Amino acid sequence: MSENGKPKFAMYWAASCGGCEIAVLNIHERILDVDANFEVAFWPVAMDAKYKDVEAMQDGEILLTLFNGGIRNEENEHIAKLLRKKSQLLVAFGSCANEGCIPGLANLSPMEALFETAYHTASTENPEGILPQYEYDVPEGTITIPTMYPVLRTLDQVVDVDYYIPGCPPESHQIEAVIDAVIAVLKGEAELPPKGTVLGVGTSTVCDECSRKRDVKKIKQFVRIQDVERIDPEICLLEQGILCNGPATASGCTALCPAAGAPCAGCYGPANGVIDYGARMMASVASVIDSRDPDEIDAILDGLVDPAGSFYRFNLAHSLLHTGQASWNGKGS
Amino acid sequence: MTGEEAQTNGHRIGVYVCHCGTNIAGVVDVEHVSEWAKDALGDRGVVVGKDYKFMCSDLGQELIQKDIEREGLDRVVVAACSPHLHEKTFRNATERGGLNPYLCEMASIREQVSWVHTNKAIATEKAKAMISGAVERVKEHESLEPFRVPIEEATLIVGGGIAGIQSALEIANAGHPVYLVEREPSIGGHMAQFDKTFPTLDCSACILTPRMSEVGVHPNIELLTWSEVEKVEGYVGNFAVTIRKKASYVINEDCTGCGICWQKCPKKVIDDKFEVGLGYRKAIYTPFEQAVPKYPVIDHDNCTYFEKGSCKACEKFCPTEAINFEDEDEVITVNVGNIVLATGYDLFDARRIPQYGYGRLANVFTSLEFERMTNAAGPTDGDIVLRDGVTAPKSVGIVHCVGSRDRNFNNYCSSICCMQSLKFAHLVHERTGAEVFNFYIDIRTPAKEYDEFYQRVLDEGTRFVRGRVAEVTDAARLPGEEGKLIVQVEDTLAGQQRRIPVDMVILSAALEPRTDAYETAKKFGIACSANGWFTEKHPKLDPVATMTEGVFIAGCSTGPKDIPATVSQGSAAAARILSYIEMGELALEPVRATVIAEQCSGCRICNDLCPFNAISYDAETELSEINIALCQGCGTCVAACPAGAITGTGFSNEQVLAQIEGLLMLNVEPQPVAEPA
Ligand SMILES: Cc1cc2nc3c(=O)[nH]c(=O)nc-3n(C[C@H](O)[C@H](O)[C@H](O)COP(=O)(O)OP(=O)(O)OC[C@H]3O[C@@H](n4cnc5c(N)ncnc54)[C@H](O)[C@@H]3O)c2cc1C
Ligand code: SF4
Ligand code: SF4
Ligand code: SF4
Ligand code: SF4
Repeated sequence: MSENGKPKFAMYWAASCGGCEIAVLNIHERILDVDANFEVAFWPVAMDAKYKDVEAMQDGEILLTLFNGGIRNEENEHIAKLLRKKSQLLVAFGSCANEGCIPGLANLSPMEALFETAYHTASTENPEGILPQYEYDVPEGTITIPTMYPVLRTLDQVVDVDYYIPGCPPESHQIEAVIDAVIAVLKGEAELPPKGTVLGVGTSTVCDECSRKRDVKKIKQFVRIQDVERIDPEICLLEQGILCNGPATASGCTALCPAAGAPCAGCYGPANGVIDYGARMMASVASVIDSRDPDEIDAILDGLVDPAGSFYRFNLAHSLLHTGQASWNGKGS
Repeated sequence: MTGEEAQTNGHRIGVYVCHCGTNIAGVVDVEHVSEWAKDALGDRGVVVGKDYKFMCSDLGQELIQKDIEREGLDRVVVAACSPHLHEKTFRNATERGGLNPYLCEMASIREQVSWVHTNKAIATEKAKAMISGAVERVKEHESLEPFRVPIEEATLIVGGGIAGIQSALEIANAGHPVYLVEREPSIGGHMAQFDKTFPTLDCSACILTPRMSEVGVHPNIELLTWSEVEKVEGYVGNFAVTIRKKASYVINEDCTGCGICWQKCPKKVIDDKFEVGLGYRKAIYTPFEQAVPKYPVIDHDNCTYFEKGSCKACEKFCPTEAINFEDEDEVITVNVGNIVLATGYDLFDARRIPQYGYGRLANVFTSLEFERMTNAAGPTDGDIVLRDGVTAPKSVGIVHCVGSRDRNFNNYCSSICCMQSLKFAHLVHERTGAEVFNFYIDIRTPAKEYDEFYQRVLDEGTRFVRGRVAEVTDAARLPGEEGKLIVQVEDTLAGQQRRIPVDMVILSAALEPRTDAYETAKKFGIACSANGWFTEKHPKLDPVATMTEGVFIAGCSTGPKDIPATVSQGSAAAARILSYIEMGELALEPVRATVIAEQCSGCRICNDLCPFNAISYDAETELSEINIALCQGCGTCVAACPAGAITGTGFSNEQVLAQIEGLLMLNVEPQPVAEPA
């Protein structure tokens, strides 16, 4: 507890885009409830803070930490461990912390390839071909930057996690619901859910919330959404041959994408019963391909141009695969 | 919990390693493995590790039983052959020891280890890994209770050949109701077409027709000829079967079977079914004289009245006013507990081998044509004559294996054609005195009195030429070939090419699955082999059952066979069903899939996948459901459900993952996750 009697709240941004931070601010006036009930002890995006202040805290002094982002470098890991020690409740917030998300897709490539893309391809203006150095000597002494790890890990692959809030980013109404629930617990009106609970999701999948009409699935062809002339506004997208990840994705987003005519990308992560998200989706999609002829099946599957990016877009780092083979063998660094 | 309990979860597991004689012990160091299980897996709950010569023997099973009682085991792992073979044995032993039988797990260290490896050290390590996996898995097992379903007394039999007739009589004679569905106007099947049956040469009709009439008058048999099954719903003990009774335009109650109608009917139709094209019937007809039932049917597509709007000769002459041109198909539903599929076979279409000339060379006949020709009631009154209908052949060539044992058509042996060809040789010899050549690849006469029959035909002077016939042609090249059919063959015994001129050639065509066998199988939720024969539950030990409980198969629908084997299967299927009826209810394996309703999104991916039609979609709740009595626990839908909303008892995620983890525990050094660069 702080001097003003309010429990402490923290939020941290590791390897991620920052959208999660915006999502929290995006709950509008409800952010005042956070302020009314918590003392914000550490939230680098919202207020000035120093790591040493956190280091000086007692273990467990922070009640609730929302941690967004994956663990890609030494600094991410250090802070994850630090916040774990100082927090009573550590929440993996958003897809990156939960399952790796887009940064996790880099696990398919060795680090040289990542650096090559980042510093030497057409999109980068770097005529001298400069690469960042972990250590650099300047007259004032040696400057270091955190070392990069060969793969990205999810928060729970590094520290013990109490709760999970998935989404890329989590939807405002779900964040509000979780905040309400925590406040209710603070007021003694409710109990904490069991450790490990995934918060802010439904029990089923996106299809459950999707209002598109669906029939027995039989897929004769896969098409990419940009190649479809007219998407039927009523019928399930998967039945129209557009790879929709709704069937394996946890419900909770109110099926925003399919409602807007875009297939579910899967940002809410695996549904309750799903262990390996990509494997699940692949097995499902494969089982409704409407052909018995091996050549025709191959031709249909050729319509899936980017299987890793389609089936594992969010979940690669947390899948049973964890990483690409090269990185796993330590050849990635 | 103490530290140790945390690992074992308080379990007390017994591990039993079978030698299987030298089957396993010859490759896997079984003594070492059993000791290792006890020592190394002690902290994972294993308290007993034993090896034994034959775990499946009474003594082996008693070992398990006694240890459960004495050592207080709560889980059992048997490392031996495969669940397919002995899971039931060890589950029973576990149950006799006082545990729920499903708390036993098998590690397959014979089929998956000793039989596929030669390196003893590696095989022994792999056996350990398999046991490690089984130990982790068995901890996740739950006690299961079998489902009990009541059995409806009535039985449906599809197909009224000799197989279906046999099944029907066995069940009906035991006092239980039978519905016998036959798509033709009469029962009898192929056997009704034959004159004589090998090897005893008794007259086919003489032995068949008493059975047919018994079926016709049996108080417990409802005979539904000229009918077909449209739809099957439900599951063992409780099938609802929809049957279409095709319009026959004859009022059976009034018809006396006098035959005046077909005598008066002006429309002659080539009979390509019963007479295989050799003879005619009328538009109103019964396929043969002793048909059961005796009632004719009007062949709608060929009837002059239906074609042109006038005729009605049959109606005019019918003394009992039994003709009704307003008749319509009738669809009925019957409830039955069990089903026998006895749909028989089709004959291979000999036109598919053009070089044998069938359909092109007049005097090339198929085996069934020849059967009709030799039949006293057939189109030639039993005379063996050339296509001209008068000339008796002076020489006849009989070609074996037409469409059988031939990579271009069917790899299998049709099993009856050798004997059928020998029968033909005998009949030709006996009735015409013609010279007979049998062209064979091998002679297969393995059943009772078959080889004796072969000897007899040899003694009669039939010539045997060993070799696959290359061609039957009418193009004469050598003197003596004019006007003849020349059989070109490599005589593999003489080691030379031969051209043998004959007057008549008979093609002993293969037996093939019915052209609609696949659709029939799908309708009844059973499987077909790659060739199209119905698949047995076990080819040796359960040859008349299928993977779908309550659906049995008999006769040639499961593969080519002779009449004795067909009849035995008809009886066997009946016996299986009678025991079900006797039991009154059936205990089904509780290994089933279930949809967890709150996780199901109603995406409908699973809806069309179940091979047993167990999955349905409830439009009201927008959820999918599994009928547990239909589900066979195959796991297809479990793997396909994208939401992971379907769980298979006995194959839950927890069980499978625990097993994988157990397997990997021993073999893979834990890899450090990404060291800093
Ligand atoms: C030329 C030849 C000669 C032979 N000679 C001998 C011999 O001498 N001795 C011997 O032991 N064996 C002989 N056989 C083998 C013998 O024919 C079979 O063993 C026997 O007929 C098989 O009987 P079945 O009841 O299984 O099939 P089938 O006789 O084919 O009967 C099947 C019945 O099911 C009906 N049916 C099919 N599908 C459906 C459906 N979907 N719905 C309703 N009804 C349906 C058919 O109309 C038919 O009546 C011979 C075979 C051939 C080809
Ligand atoms: S569009 Fe996507 S989310 Fe909607 S029902 Fe179809 S698969 Fe499910
Ligand atoms: S109406 Fe004429 S053609 Fe038709 S069945 Fe009767 S007699 Fe034959
Ligand atoms: S596949 Fe799974 S989620 Fe989809 S309808 Fe079937 S049970 Fe429900
Ligand atoms: S496991 Fe699923 S697919 Fe297999 S039989 Fe059962 S319901 Fe059908």
